[in-house]
Amino acid sequence: MTVTAEDLTRQATEFLAAHDPETTDRMDFLRARYDAGLAWIHFPAGLGGQTAPRALQSVVDGVFAEAGAPDNNPRRIGIGLGMAAPTILAFGTPEQHERFLRPLWTGDEVWCQLFSEPGAGSDLAALGTRAVRDGDDWIVTGQKVWTSGAHESQWAILVTRTDPDVPKHQGMTYFMCDMKAPGVDVRPLRQITGEAEFNEVFLTEVRIPDTQRLGAVGEGWKVAQTTLMNERVAIGGHVQPREGGLIGIVAKTWRERPELRTPELRDRLVQRWVEAETLRLAGTRLRQQLTKGAPGPEGSAMKVAFSELNQALTGLEVELLGEEGLAYDDWTFRRPAIVDFTGREAGYRYLRAKGNSIEGGTSEVLRNIIAERVLGLPSEPRVDKDVAWKDLPR
Amino acid sequence: MSQTSPDLLYSDVEEDLRASVRDLLKAKAAPEALLARVETAEGYDLKLWRTLADEVGVAGLAVPEELGGHGASAREVAVVAEELGRSVAPVPFLGSVVLATTALVRAGAGDFVRRLATGSAIGALAVPLSTAPGAGFPSSVTAAADGTVSGRVGTVADASVADLLVVPAAGPDGPGLYVVEASAATVSELVSFDLTRRVADVVLDNAPAVLVASGSDAASALEDALLFGAGILASEQTGVAEWALTETVTYLKGRYQFGRPVGGFQSLKHRLANLYTDLVLARATARNAADALATGTDVPIAVAVAQARNAPIAVKATEEAIQLHGGIGMTWEHPAHLYLKRAKADELALGTPGKHRARLAELVDLPA
Repeated sequence: MTVTAEDLTRQATEFLAAHDPETTDRMDFLRARYDAGLAWIHFPAGLGGQTAPRALQSVVDGVFAEAGAPDNNPRRIGIGLGMAAPTILAFGTPEQHERFLRPLWTGDEVWCQLFSEPGAGSDLAALGTRAVRDGDDWIVTGQKVWTSGAHESQWAILVTRTDPDVPKHQGMTYFMCDMKAPGVDVRPLRQITGEAEFNEVFLTEVRIPDTQRLGAVGEGWKVAQTTLMNERVAIGGHVQPREGGLIGIVAKTWRERPELRTPELRDRLVQRWVEAETLRLAGTRLRQQLTKGAPGPEGSAMKVAFSELNQALTGLEVELLGEEGLAYDDWTFRRPAIVDFTGREAGYRYLRAKGNSIEGGTSEVLRNIIAERVLGLPSEPRVDKDVAWKDLPR
Repeated sequence: MSQTSPDLLYSDVEEDLRASVRDLLKAKAAPEALLARVETAEGYDLKLWRTLADEVGVAGLAVPEELGGHGASAREVAVVAEELGRSVAPVPFLGSVVLATTALVRAGAGDFVRRLATGSAIGALAVPLSTAPGAGFPSSVTAAADGTVSGRVGTVADASVADLLVVPAAGPDGPGLYVVEASAATVSELVSFDLTRRVADVVLDNAPAVLVASGSDAASALEDALLFGAGILASEQTGVAEWALTETVTYLKGRYQFGRPVGGFQSLKHRLANLYTDLVLARATARNAADALATGTDVPIAVAVAQARNAPIAVKATEEAIQLHGGIGMTWEHPAHLYLKRAKADELALGTPGKHRARLAELVDLPA
């Protein structure tokens, strides 16, 4: 029998009665919630869930939030929750499930992602970080980039090259890497905004036990696909209100600052307003499809449209501010804990939004994906398909 | 702000309705048939219209059952509009079902509604097709104390096949909504830019008329019909854009140049991906407008957003279809031009995107 919303509400209420959030230590509370199967309810029993429909997660979260219970700070551990956990669940051994999933969910152990490399961006499968077998261990050497939270993480999901003599998709192996292990060197990567949200991670002869391998040797690409597919699912769980995003900030400035207004800016602002509202509706529609269990292929299209809107809107905001747009709030080299589009000023937003069409799949790659997978148009010519990784031009 | 979100999906019932309309149009409104008809004296396919009206029941789709209709809502009307957009079938759906019927239902003109809802008569709303919601009550027709109306209205959609004209007129006691039998008016079809939806000039010269609503009732019935029309048009535009994308993708998969399917070139793939993205967005605003009209929630904003967004999307999609088809797209024999003409005319219909943006700016407090 499938679990209902009523069952879950009752379970959560009973749990709260037995574990008073006021008096229970935060981490003890979270561990107990995991052990009660009320963490990620779609996970199996014993691993924080009860194989319940994923759509009912919000019911459980709602009961806990209403009681003022501590949460696991999902924004801080987003990579662990959204990407590492589903991959570990799908490919991990029972021992790995037991060892890693609980501290991941509670936030005891924070995770980061070691995928992209300076020479492997859109073409991730070209990656060259080498892992060489040494007895019960692997010795890993290479360079990863665009790693958010690397400096605060205990663990990383890592894709490596284990066989350079076969075509690129075949010779990869996936690991869980201890970020405190000798040879792991994390350096901040400063962006055009002045701050460093991301890191470069240099791996020099890092020793990883074979027990931390996820999936079979040579199967790394398949495992990585699971991670990347979940990246898309992880985006946004709630329906945004009208003017809920950046458009709200610009509209507020417009309303409060009549001296900035011109007819030409007004029509452009209304165009952006229409686009923001349209995207909000399309996002709502996508979520309604997900709830019905039929996720459409619209996600890639939404991301393309979202980055275009953000870039046009933040550009307009700087322009609207007139001479104030010539000033910048702060170029200081900082390492923000989370990306905060609303906590900074217009110039920051404009610069940060440039990354929207690059991160998580460039708009160009997404358009290829739409054209090939949704519209069924011929794929790009693949000159690298049957060539050993080591023989690829680079 | 409303707490419940609009239902932006299609229900099973709506999908069934879509399937029956689509099957019929596939059989009876194929592109070759449309092209063969456009230069004949019978620009409209009234045989197809009677099948749609009687057998599928689209004439009285959103009319309450007690007035002879099917008691469905704007959501179902929108689904039919989407399919008619995909086929640009020459039938008086917009003029009769969407505009005239809505005005008469709102005016409480039961007997006239019944004639339209059962499909025994075709209606048209006697305003220029470019009239936008919020435009104010028209004054080009005046009503005399003897109950006749006189004046001239240009570019009325579907008027050349209408039996009943719903005429807003300035009466002796203020605005009034009148019904005139088309036989009592002079209706001259123009050479229309849109070959599959004709516009006509209507001249009324002391034509006998029945007053069905007056004063603020007349004004709100007209405004409701215009809002309904503009909201439903967003679904038609979605259908037009979908045809343009689907047809172009199919063509580019089969068209070889330089030894490859042209659809394999990245510059073209990206343009098609952009059209797909636009279509995803258009469908969301169209469904939102239809749901808003069905529930009566948030109607003016939902309609203005849908028109501001979807009209340019349909135009862009059909313009891209012409360009990406290359030479064949520029020929009379290929149906792409029928869609371009429909999309461009729709951009003017019931308010241009610019007019809808200006109205939206007022509605959402973005002052000048």
